[in-house]
Amino acid sequence: MSTIEEVVQKAVKKQGKDPTGMLEIIRDVQAELGHVPDKAKSLIAAGMGLSKADLDGIVSFYHFFSEKPVGKYAVYLNNSAVAVMKGREAVARAFEQEAGCKFGQTTPDGIIGLHDTSDIGMNDQEPAAIINGVVFTGLTPEKVKDIVSQMRSGKDVTEMVKEYGDGLNGSEIVRSMVKNNIRKKGAVIFAPFEQGSAVKKAVRMTPADVIEEVKKSNLRGRGGAGFPTGMKWEFTRNNSKGKKAFVVCNADEGEPGTFKDRVILTELPRMLFEGMSVAGYAIGADRGILYLRAEYEYLLKYLQSVLDAMRKGNLLGRNVAGKKEFNFDIEIKLGAGAYICGEETALLESAEGKRGEPRNRPPFPAQYGYQGGPTSVNNVETLCAAARVMILGGEEFAKMGTFQSHGTKLLSVSGDCQKPGIYEVEFGISLQSLLDEAGGSDAMAVQVGGPSGKCVPAGEFGKKISFEELPTGGSMIVIAPGRDLLTIVHNFMDFFVEESCGWCTPCRAGNVILRERLEKIMARKGTESDLAELAQWCAVVKTMSRCGLGQTSPNPIATTIENFRSVYESRLQKGVGFVSEFDKDKAVEEYCRIAGRTPYTEGR
Amino acid sequence: MGKPVVATVSMAGCFGCHMSLLDIDDKILQLIDLVEFNKSPIDDIKKFTKQCDIGFIEGGCCNSENVENLMNFRKNCKILISVGECAIMGGLPSLRNGIPVKECLEEAYLNCLTVDDKIIPNDEELPMITDKVYPCHEIVKIDYFLPGCPPRAELIWEALSALITGKKLELPYEVFKYD
Ligand SMILES: Cc1cc2nc3c(=O)[nH]c(=O)nc-3n(C[C@H](O)[C@H](O)[C@H](O)COP(=O)(O)O)c2cc1C
Ligand code: SF4
Repeated sequence: MSTIEEVVQKAVKKQGKDPTGMLEIIRDVQAELGHVPDKAKSLIAAGMGLSKADLDGIVSFYHFFSEKPVGKYAVYLNNSAVAVMKGREAVARAFEQEAGCKFGQTTPDGIIGLHDTSDIGMNDQEPAAIINGVVFTGLTPEKVKDIVSQMRSGKDVTEMVKEYGDGLNGSEIVRSMVKNNIRKKGAVIFAPFEQGSAVKKAVRMTPADVIEEVKKSNLRGRGGAGFPTGMKWEFTRNNSKGKKAFVVCNADEGEPGTFKDRVILTELPRMLFEGMSVAGYAIGADRGILYLRAEYEYLLKYLQSVLDAMRKGNLLGRNVAGKKEFNFDIEIKLGAGAYICGEETALLESAEGKRGEPRNRPPFPAQYGYQGGPTSVNNVETLCAAARVMILGGEEFAKMGTFQSHGTKLLSVSGDCQKPGIYEVEFGISLQSLLDEAGGSDAMAVQVGGPSGKCVPAGEFGKKISFEELPTGGSMIVIAPGRDLLTIVHNFMDFFVEESCGWCTPCRAGNVILRERLEKIMARKGTESDLAELAQWCAVVKTMSRCGLGQTSPNPIATTIENFRSVYESRLQKGVGFVSEFDKDKAVEEYCRIAGRTPYTEGR
Repeated sequence: MGKPVVATVSMAGCFGCHMSLLDIDDKILQLIDLVEFNKSPIDDIKKFTKQCDIGFIEGGCCNSENVENLMNFRKNCKILISVGECAIMGGLPSLRNGIPVKECLEEAYLNCLTVDDKIIPNDEELPMITDKVYPCHEIVKIDYFLPGCPPRAELIWEALSALITGKKLELPYEVFKYD
């Protein structure tokens, strides 16, 4: 066994003291020691010229870093709403029973640690967990029994995976049980793609013409906000003269219910990396960064091997695709468990090796991005679509879709439907026809765009999936009649409370207040004025928060109050001004026990 | 109509809000012309002797006595005002909310350097300590909130006189500046 000093020294040396390698250093230490103890933090701080407080800040920020030992086998069980729908609670109880410890704890012998974690991008095959980086899907209490006994016998986790998923999940280097579940292929992402075709076409044009072509296609960002991609590249290019510019691919995919980037990363990484090269060529960057969420670490080696192969094939590196002086290479940076790192400026902070807290905007990343250089941050799907634009031409691409939404959209469908998975649809199809295809026609509601999106009632299923009518980053959670909506809403609020970065009060405290008010109503202690106040709090958090997380986190409550008001009203106490949740007997119980007193009631 | 009746109480607070009330200086004479005081430390009336109009609450609830007191105020006053940070948010006393009651008691009565007869007080006469310090509005309905630590004398005066006279409350920026 190496000492803490040796472990830290090795990790720091590997990064060559590069501050942007900080998360790698901590990850190495965490992996080697099973936690990041105080002493390690002090040593890393000393090695990197930072303070111990800086290290405290970083380690405590990310979910997969821990001061306390997480267990030789660290089980991270997804607690998203869909996981719960699919039987997560029984699986969790089975883990507790078999392991002999509760969630949030590690067994006394330090072998097994049980931890909750936010959505891991496997909603189509829940309940799912990540154990030492390896994904386990479709869990049942019986499977848990087996897994725990194998852990007890000291088996390597990779050997516990017996059946592999379809497509490249089963390849020698991935060997994962994750399934693709591609249900419908469309003309942009899943149409045949010939390696090299996009970047070769791009380098035959001038960078300005590439941007022009993307503008003609009317491609808009697929990460959620829908910003026109050509315009973003143009801004970045305009700022890049004499500066080091960057292309950053946002593969954080943290919105509960989306998993389409996972499938692209598995099946089409070449198309994605070509899209990044096209972007690099257009904006004048020679470096690309793929920011990959830690939950997808199981794809890391594979993705690196693809990059290697592309370097060998002259699709990356010097004089890419034979174009003189177009040098472009891509590196992968892993996250460490934080939804907020999907927000582009938080992502940049995280990629620089810091706490993933959003920056003030402006300046926008196009002006001041990674390490201060002009940076275009684009979603995985956007970059693939850009590669397709090169192949098809902007005009052809623009023919697909609706007036303001062109091309296709990958939808991650999960929840109460028969065929969960990935659907590539042309913009403009109705929500109802998607539901019909996915086997969820009789849904009561669909959460469009994940928790930060909108809870759409059946009456609006005729609306079109598009930026103008029903915008979505891709998460489509189908909710069947009979489900308790407020339980789902509550799960979403747990998520936001957990994932708020804590920088600003309206979001840090506001989401807690929202959840408490919701709980009061769920406990049937709410009154009409509580419901009115709940709606007011939604407005406060939405308008006062600093970044997109807090600006959208009230949506689960706000949109269900709007569309499913009766769900709330049926639980209110009518004709009462005020109901307190306070329970005096319970409040004094602990003191009485400690002081050895018999509690008395008023007017003793 | 007789004069409006005011009751006041200081619970888990420091009496600072009451001090601030007294800090209205000579306006206290006007106040006495305007209102009648009932249960209050100001006149030392210990029990409600009649139904009151306004209850002025300083401090949150850190024990059973506070809770009973507050409920009693709710029963006996038409309007309740949470005055100051402690009543509104729990204030300084609520700094203990992150620490288990057991640890607080042990630190105060067993481990602290200056205690000698190490015993956690358990006399039946003592109020029972609550698990947390609660802001008043979590226990009863509160009608108005006067922020500040303490709220300035002018704010208290303006608010009380607006309530009594029914005039609109003027709140110039200065009144809401705290340091
Ligand atoms: C809280 C939050 C989380 C986000 N998560 C993601 C994400 O996981 N993936 C993503 O592509 N965009 C995410 N975004 C949007 C990004 O900030 C950014 O708009 C996007 O990456 C831009 O790429 P696009 O123009 O290609 O869509 C998130 C935004 C917020 C506010
Ligand atoms: S809104 Fe939330 S996530 Fe965004 S900066 Fe504020 S606290 Fe952080």
